Amino acid sequence: MKIKLKSEEVKVFYKDFQALHGIDIDIYENRVTALIGPSGCGKSTFLRTINRLNELIQGTKTEGRIYLDQKDIYSAEIDVVALRKKVGMVFQKPSVFPMSIYENVAYGPKIHGIKNKAQLDSIVEKSLIAANLWQEVKERVHKPAAGLSGGQQQRLVIARVLAVEPEVILMDEPASALDPISTSKLEELIGELKKNYTIVIVTHNMQQAARVSDYTGFFLNGELIEYSKTKELFVNPRDKRTEDYITGRFG
Amino acid sequence: MGTKGKEKIITVLFWFSALIIIAILVGIIGYIVVKGISAISWDFITQPPSRAGKEGGISTTIIGTIYLTLVAMILAVPFGVGAALYLEEYGRKNTRFGYALKLTAETLAGIPSIVYGLFGFVFFVIFLNMGWSILSGGLTLAIMILPTITRTAQEAVIAVPQEYRSNSFALGATKWYTIKRLILPAAAPGIVTGIILSIGRAVGESAAVILTAGSSLGMPLNITDPARTMAVHLYILAMEGISMERAFGTALLIIVLIVIINYLANLSLRKLARQ
Repeated sequence: MKIKLKSEEVKVFYKDFQALHGIDIDIYENRVTALIGPSGCGKSTFLRTINRLNELIQGTKTEGRIYLDQKDIYSAEIDVVALRKKVGMVFQKPSVFPMSIYENVAYGPKIHGIKNKAQLDSIVEKSLIAANLWQEVKERVHKPAAGLSGGQQQRLVIARVLAVEPEVILMDEPASALDPISTSKLEELIGELKKNYTIVIVTHNMQQAARVSDYTGFFLNGELIEYSKTKELFVNPRDKRTEDYITGRFG
Repeated sequence: MGTKGKEKIITVLFWFSALIIIAILVGIIGYIVVKGISAISWDFITQPPSRAGKEGGISTTIIGTIYLTLVAMILAVPFGVGAALYLEEYGRKNTRFGYALKLTAETLAGIPSIVYGLFGFVFFVIFLNMGWSILSGGLTLAIMILPTITRTAQEAVIAVPQEYRSNSFALGATKWYTIKRLILPAAAPGIVTGIILSIGRAVGESAAVILTAGSSLGMPLNITDPARTMAVHLYILAMEGISMERAFGTALLIIVLIVIINYLANLSLRKLARQ
């Protein structure tokens, strides 16, 4: 199995606080990797090192190396714009832009220089289909995106990410603001997306991690305590702390 | 007295305050319309003044007002919005420089216009030898309204949800692209409000203008020409006892002009934001 992403000794500091204490992890291509752990354990911080989004927060310092297809994304010759085109991100709260559904999806391709209308039309349709949203919105793609429901908005955000044709999709608790029906639709979608993408998902919900992921990493206090196949981790945790967490003794 | 009774009295009191405000506004505008309407005619709008404003129209002062306001806006809006964007999007947050700029902007907004006028007179008119001119007046007005434009633009930019930025950056957008495509359109209504407030101040300003643009009744063609604005004309008509009827006519046209300018500013900037 091909390793898509590899991190070595990744440390993150917020001013005086060290949020990550050296993370080493291999993330496999076309698999869903879940990162679980209690609030403040560093799982979201780690996720944001993969598209270098932590850099936007004043006072943040990242050390270590992360390889995407064997290339260190923290080396000087890496263009952040190109990196973020390859590594898309879905956030906790679906944040649709104040424009039409169409314009939301076309936003990313336009950044990367696609102006041709026919080409944009086809990207928008393809992305909405891939995000399982096309059937619901095809009659009103030029209407404001704010009119969609929460679950639809999250799928629109995913379509917006798919439109730039990434290779890796990072998801930061993508279902935490959704109702159960929208959540199950989203999980179904994640299962379909992994055919073409490598997915890393941060979640609070252990059942969700068990349902959608192939691999799971357990974070605690800025360290990666345990990382293995999801089944193994949930059935036979090697570390006492993992067992305590997944059996609900803390967190 | 029961809770319900108290609620009723408070409701009536608030309703009464609202009523008084509306009554004052309607009263003043109504008075100006009644006193001024008789002075207004097509010639009043299109003819230049003669005999110091006793006769003729006020065409040169209308042009002077629009010209001066336009120059002030062209100078102030890019700098004001630019400063706001720098502070909120580019500059480091919570720095002394940012704080100093915020404090300066707020202090400057509170300085009486005549003080700006005095500064403009000494600096632009005399020291830089620009004379009484549209340019001197425009620069002075620009400085005067800059704090308002900066602060309102800053507030409008702050109000744009943080998630827009992180989502946009995560899609690979640069700061400038994010500002152009997301932040500015979303902040446009707030920025327009600041601009409209500033236009109102510029059109209505008399003290600072009389000291920097002068009170010439000639038609201002060049930016270095002196000009008399409608507000200054109104002041002179009333103070020198030239004609109260014409002063009210001018006042009425100032109000009409402000309404028209606001409408156009709103329309064009919203159109701009939609693109």
